[in-house]
Amino acid sequence: MSHVSAVVRPPLVTGGKSYHDITEDVCRQVEGKPTASWKIVFGISSVVLFLGTCSVFWTWWDGLGNWGLNKTVGWAWDITNFVWWVGIGHAGTLISAILLLFRQKWRTSVNRAAEAMTIFAVICAASFILMHAGRAWLAYWCIPFPNTFGSLWVNFNSPLIWDVFAISTYFSVSCLFWYCGLIPDLATIRDRAKSKVSKFIYGLLSMGWNGNTKTWFRYEYVSLILAGISTPLVLSVHTIVSFDFATSVIPGWHTTIFPPYFVAGAIFSGFAMVNNLLLIVRWTFKLQDYITIEHIETMNKIITVTGSIVGIAYITEFFIAAYSGVEYEQYAFINRAFGPYWWAYWAMMTCNVVTPQLFWIQSIRRSIMWTFALSVVVNIGMWFERFVIIVTSLHRDYIPSSWAMFSPTIIDIGDYVFTFGLFFFLFLLFAKYLPVINMAEVKAVMKSSSERFPYKVKPGKSTGEKVTE
Amino acid sequence: MDTNKRFLVGVYDDDDEVLAAVKSVRASGIKVHDVYTPFPVHGLDKAIGHPRTRIPVAAFMFGALGLTCMFLLTLYTMALDWPMNIGGKDFYALPDFIPVMFEFTVLFTAFGMVFTFFISNGLWWGVKPVIFDLRATDDKFVVAIDTGANRKTEAEIEKALRDTGATEVNIKEVVEEAA
Repeated sequence: MSHVSAVVRPPLVTGGKSYHDITEDVCRQVEGKPTASWKIVFGISSVVLFLGTCSVFWTWWDGLGNWGLNKTVGWAWDITNFVWWVGIGHAGTLISAILLLFRQKWRTSVNRAAEAMTIFAVICAASFILMHAGRAWLAYWCIPFPNTFGSLWVNFNSPLIWDVFAISTYFSVSCLFWYCGLIPDLATIRDRAKSKVSKFIYGLLSMGWNGNTKTWFRYEYVSLILAGISTPLVLSVHTIVSFDFATSVIPGWHTTIFPPYFVAGAIFSGFAMVNNLLLIVRWTFKLQDYITIEHIETMNKIITVTGSIVGIAYITEFFIAAYSGVEYEQYAFINRAFGPYWWAYWAMMTCNVVTPQLFWIQSIRRSIMWTFALSVVVNIGMWFERFVIIVTSLHRDYIPSSWAMFSPTIIDIGDYVFTFGLFFFLFLLFAKYLPVINMAEVKAVMKSSSERFPYKVKPGKSTGEKVTE
Repeated sequence: MDTNKRFLVGVYDDDDEVLAAVKSVRASGIKVHDVYTPFPVHGLDKAIGHPRTRIPVAAFMFGALGLTCMFLLTLYTMALDWPMNIGGKDFYALPDFIPVMFEFTVLFTAFGMVFTFFISNGLWWGVKPVIFDLRATDDKFVVAIDTGANRKTEAEIEKALRDTGATEVNIKEVVEEAA
């Protein structure tokens, strides 16, 4: 029997669901009318998006002088928010690619929403690149194309150009991976559709999928290879983001620990955001049987691991600064912890290193309220981490006469609010009009991992056997 | 000229059942047109006799193409067309170009492979699928048998399907437009 799993594994799909139940439960909100609560939340995020758009419009119309930047602190909230959003995106790829390679079956019911989160988070991150470019309409100058500006090519030695390629590849490959996973489910919705409009739209999007054997067989290869190439891709993206800092000569940025430390931090914050979104999704769409406490607990374990890696990285940075004997490096770190921005540093330490350790306690790890609250705290902490790295490393320049402080303006805040509006606007549209759970993949693990199907390995036997009660 | 093809469509409720059914139906000498399932059933490709896919080869070739393209682009722009002294580095500072070469490898692999997959499986926006049973994307496992391609009578085929656990056997006529 091909469908076996150990008896000790808790089921991933509870409630005795059949294959048809999965289709019904997931398609329900796609096929039904928008609920009142969806309309309210969608309305709020539209208003937030509108207000944020006004702010972004003003940023572009009137220029970057509207931000609180000064000659010393030339990067602040823009790059902080950019790194924060890109980092959040990483969890989606981790779930869909790395966990696929590791054959983690619990991935199946969370990957769709997590990948959607990735795509929307990268859109938010990209909007900060465009904003901070100042003249966004000249962003195409990052593309190497023959031009009449003096045969000037982009500088491929620059980490900022690597970043352009990394983020755009990451975004397009993530979209492709997500869309490939959607096709079979879109076909399910097409085959159930009643109205002409949805028949047409879902028919167009599902590309004539009918689930024949050869297509499924190749599809699995395609998914596997996409996962195989997305895994180094996701690691490379945040590595390259960290190169934006690490290849510079600014004390506090110029460290070799940045790539692994940034990647761990990205996964840490991303899982926290996945937790937040899924807790809301499972509650509003009544998907508690698919996104179970087991799933949430597993994600909390990953948060604990990555949070601890981040904590070790903070301590290592401090130690290496002391051990290096370089006084500029030492000053940068002492200044982080005890200088004028001490509160940001200790906020980061508390939120990222201390509070996630509460997840060692099982009752907290399995509590929805605690999970939600601590996940929010993690993302606050990870925002402060980027703020600490960027602003406190810059604000003490080489000459004390250039020392400065940074304070955000209303436009800085407005641009950040814009990305929240955009993120939730897109996520809500996704949650309403596309299946939030990958039905085909969940059905494929039903035999091994659901309550209904009693295929289990009997203790002491190496092969699976149907257990009949 | 349009030709009508007549299919016997066996509907099964379970993936393990359909896998065993396809094996035994094929063993009894009946040609199976195709099997339609709501999720990938492992082993079905072997049971139905599909050869190993060459998608990984295509993926590798596209990856190699991407790598080559970016190698040539960085070589041309940085070392040949407009060499510039940047921080005293070599004009062709290979380690600096590894990140972009890697990204292009991934980009070409992903898009090349997926579009190869789309084209080779006849998936494209606007394609009308041949659907033998609408529930094949929901919870049914559908075996389609082309009666014209088989010597056995319809009654024999239907019996073979029923004996292996088909809950329904339907008849479906598919109009194939002659090329």
